[in-house]
Amino acid sequence: MITFIQFLITGLRLGSVYALIALGYTMVYGIIKLINFAHGDFIMVGGYTLYFTIPVMMRLGLPGWTAVILAVIVCACVGMLVELLAYRPVRKKGTNLTALITAIAMSFVLENLAQAIPAIGPDPRVPYTLFSKTVTIGGVSISTATFITIIVSALVMIGLYLFTQKTRIGRAMRCVSEDKQAAVLMGINVNRTIIITFAIGAGLAAVAALMYIAQYPKLYTTMGATLGIYAFVAAVLGGIGSLPGAMLGGMVIGIIQSATNTYISSSMSDTFVYLILIIVLMIKPAGILGKNVGEKV
Amino acid sequence: MRQDKTAKRYLINGIALALLMAVSVCISLTGGNTIKLKVVPAVWQCCYLIIMAASLNLVLGFLGQLSLGHCGFMAVGAYTAALISLAFQRAGIYEAKSGAAFILVVIASFIAAGLLAAILGLIVGIPALRLKGDYLAIITLGFGMIIVNLINNIPFCGQQGLSQGAASSALYANGLGFSNDEKMKYMWLGILAVILCMTVMFMFVRSKYGRIIRAIRDNEIAASASGINVSFYKVMTFAFSAFFAGVAGALYSCCNSALATTSFAFTNGSILNSVFIVVMVVIGGMGSLTGSVVAAIGMFLLNYTIKNGAWVNALPGFLQGIFTYPMLVYSVALIIVIMFRPRGIMGTSEFALYDIPKWPARIKKHFAKEAAKSEKREEAAVNE
Repeated sequence: MITFIQFLITGLRLGSVYALIALGYTMVYGIIKLINFAHGDFIMVGGYTLYFTIPVMMRLGLPGWTAVILAVIVCACVGMLVELLAYRPVRKKGTNLTALITAIAMSFVLENLAQAIPAIGPDPRVPYTLFSKTVTIGGVSISTATFITIIVSALVMIGLYLFTQKTRIGRAMRCVSEDKQAAVLMGINVNRTIIITFAIGAGLAAVAALMYIAQYPKLYTTMGATLGIYAFVAAVLGGIGSLPGAMLGGMVIGIIQSATNTYISSSMSDTFVYLILIIVLMIKPAGILGKNVGEKV
Repeated sequence: MRQDKTAKRYLINGIALALLMAVSVCISLTGGNTIKLKVVPAVWQCCYLIIMAASLNLVLGFLGQLSLGHCGFMAVGAYTAALISLAFQRAGIYEAKSGAAFILVVIASFIAAGLLAAILGLIVGIPALRLKGDYLAIITLGFGMIIVNLINNIPFCGQQGLSQGAASSALYANGLGFSNDEKMKYMWLGILAVILCMTVMFMFVRSKYGRIIRAIRDNEIAASASGINVSFYKVMTFAFSAFFAGVAGALYSCCNSALATTSFAFTNGSILNSVFIVVMVVIGGMGSLTGSVVAAIGMFLLNYTIKNGAWVNALPGFLQGIFTYPMLVYSVALIIVIMFRPRGIMGTSEFALYDIPKWPARIKKHFAKEAAKSEKREEAAVNE
């Protein structure tokens, strides 16, 4: 029983991180119909920013987690730069396929650029550990990081949902994702909306980075690739473009991974994650909470 | 008239290929030590990269579907070929790596590798190809990872090959693994495999099936409205392409004495991974087989010379720093190519040996056109 609860909690914690990343994926995909492969690498950017800023914040007498504000700003800037320098020119000229390949290339650029920066380099780094206290309830030990991760991701999801439903910019985002041409005709500045979406998505990646390094205190330049792929799988599983879907997908993926790790073998977790994805896509091609939109001729 | 031209083209290409074969046989018979240590291993690597790039081009360029797990099929081919040849060796069909029996075993393992990969392509393709675009990319990536993951967990693929060793990512005893001497001796096998595969792929692309899959690429709905069974042709092309990926895998296991599944992952540091093959196809031209051949050789040479070449050392310091991260160079190059030529450098055009004498005239014509265009533009500017 204790093993069961422990695996459930690990799964939820892992799932919350995936959910945070998946929210950013889903927003960007919803608006420009592009798998932003570089999104995972925004986490890497956020992680390294935290690595450098947490000690600074501590020295200033502030709690360590305040460094996340700087990380959000840095990530948002990187996100906007990627959109401006690579995606926008390609979107003007090419097709969906070329945009996707550009995204993959961009992910490589970020990873290798990070390696080329002398202060970062290819070797793994160990960041300062935050929220390391552990609480034991009835034989199950839970770290503070777990609580904070789950609560933060739920809050972020709710906040984001309200943002897209109630605010002006949020409404503009939904319009652009539904019909770009019509949005232009309604006087929405499409390019500005897209760039704001990138900034928000990348900022969320920085928050996810904080949560991730609180659990797994290890940074390396390619950490974003696998994380990003899992998060994307989560977004697709939940139904891409849907914020609650991203949350649900993230949790499902986290729990599956943790279940395979606990009960089968850690080397098989990839197989099960993708198997579930494939099964869901076979049954419901638009994901669990996604809407199925027919193709117009 | 037209038929006559086609016959001539075939004749010229046939002669060129025969010459290529003859040269490779000559080299393998007479080459010295430098050739054995430097050129021949490079040729082998080029062989499987060419087949790999061309086979992905069938799916990406001609069918218009992005597959990010192509190296999974290659892994299947590599492990199949290695295990089959190992089994034959254990059964005592061949002792040393020479003689007619050995060559037969090698050819059989090539074909088996291709067939198994094709069957797997069929199994993967039937569910996967119901999805389109980004979803297909992700799901093929997933299948690629599953394949690699399963190979990692199959007991007889690990450690000592057929003995039931612990699961491991490496297959140490590889029956096919050629030493440098054998690579040299059997270079004609690699070249022959490339020639055969490329010929079959060319014939496929130029046949009525090729026309059909290009129609699907250009407009799926229109194609299906014209009575084309879209899903059948998609799955067929996918399996067909997986066959060649399998053969490429078999070639790969020939030139490596040990196999490790990490070489077939989605991304890794080396030249062989699913993403790098996509880069090759895109740079060469989506929809141009000759472009893929050129891109595969070109990228290989670039990669090879960046790692071992003298010209990098001759560059100024900061440029050298960039070239220590070759993936950075490739990905920036990829973005630039896509920005200016969204369909790749060659686009969808092929080049033929027969047309080479006409090139000067064509280039002249092209420049004349450009000049006329710019003149017109200037005139328009003046008029405004």
